[in-house]
Amino acid sequence: MDLLPFFQWCYSTPIGEGIRNSTWLFPVIEAFHLLGLGLTAGAVLIVDLRLFGVGLRKQTAAQLWANAQPWLLGSLTIMVASGTPLFLSESIKCLYSFAFWVKMTSLFLVLLFTFTVLRRVVQMDLSERPVLSRSTALVSLVLWFGVAWGGRWIGFS
Amino acid sequence: MSFLSFFEQLGESPWSVALHESEIAYSLIESFHVWSLCLFFGMTVMFDLRLLGWTMRGVPVSDVIRRLQPWTILGFVLMVISGTLLFYAIPVRSYQNIFFRTKMLLMLLAGLNVLIFHSRVFRSIAKWDADATPPRVARVAGALSLVLCIGIIFSGRMIAYNWFDCDRQPQAAIINFLTSCVPTE
Repeated sequence: MDLLPFFQWCYSTPIGEGIRNSTWLFPVIEAFHLLGLGLTAGAVLIVDLRLFGVGLRKQTAAQLWANAQPWLLGSLTIMVASGTPLFLSESIKCLYSFAFWVKMTSLFLVLLFTFTVLRRVVQMDLSERPVLSRSTALVSLVLWFGVAWGGRWIGFS
Repeated sequence: MSFLSFFEQLGESPWSVALHESEIAYSLIESFHVWSLCLFFGMTVMFDLRLLGWTMRGVPVSDVIRRLQPWTILGFVLMVISGTLLFYAIPVRSYQNIFFRTKMLLMLLAGLNVLIFHSRVFRSIAKWDADATPPRVARVAGALSLVLCIGIIFSGRMIAYNWFDCDRQPQAAIINFLTSCVPTE
């Protein structure tokens, strides 16, 4: 499948062009993206630390998941809303960026994992399943790290 | 010795030059700074949201503090180490960067906010520990922390941009004043 025409179309959108022609738009949107990242990290870590058996141990993973979920969804909305215009402004560079594809693959996998596997694991009685609990947290953290690594590294290429 | 001449000397030290010129080391440290941010800011923001009564309303505030504080401190230490290295790699430019100065000022204010919280607000925690919505004074501390964090991240991100740098003249007099820049003709 030839992706180039689609990425070229993204690049030529008025939003992409507007951001490229502005000095401060890209940095400001990028800063919002970074804020969203911090919030996402908080919502993810609260649950993942608990699955590792550290952090808020007195609470159940199910309770923390229920508390963190709206913030996870909210922060992901900020991430997509700020990430999409950033992508539009440099989509052709992204097409040839290894880091970009690492990020998108990890993002797809971690969202899939979170809303299928992790969502169910947190509802179980985890005191008797430490291995399942910890490996779920590990997979989640490794995949999120792939997203964060790729995201930062797109800027260096 | 002035700050400027001290940082000029620092910038000429072999390790600083090596860091500055090594693309891979600098990028790695910068990435590490962002990943530590995830831990530090992630923990801080969840605690601030709890103080505001916007999340984990069924979890006692003292639980959140006690259980998350070690992770927050770890994140902070990692941020300071990587941040110091980043500064050390380009001391003069950072010192004269308006966003860097804003960030330092905001960090000072955030530190004060933490200090005031622990020396005053926290003392009465027994009275409101389990409250879903903490009292006004605690909510204000949480809101201040959140706003300051946002400011710190924002100005931190902007340090990378050289719009107001000393070597880009002419700048408005106020900018040169705020960056302690004496433009040479």
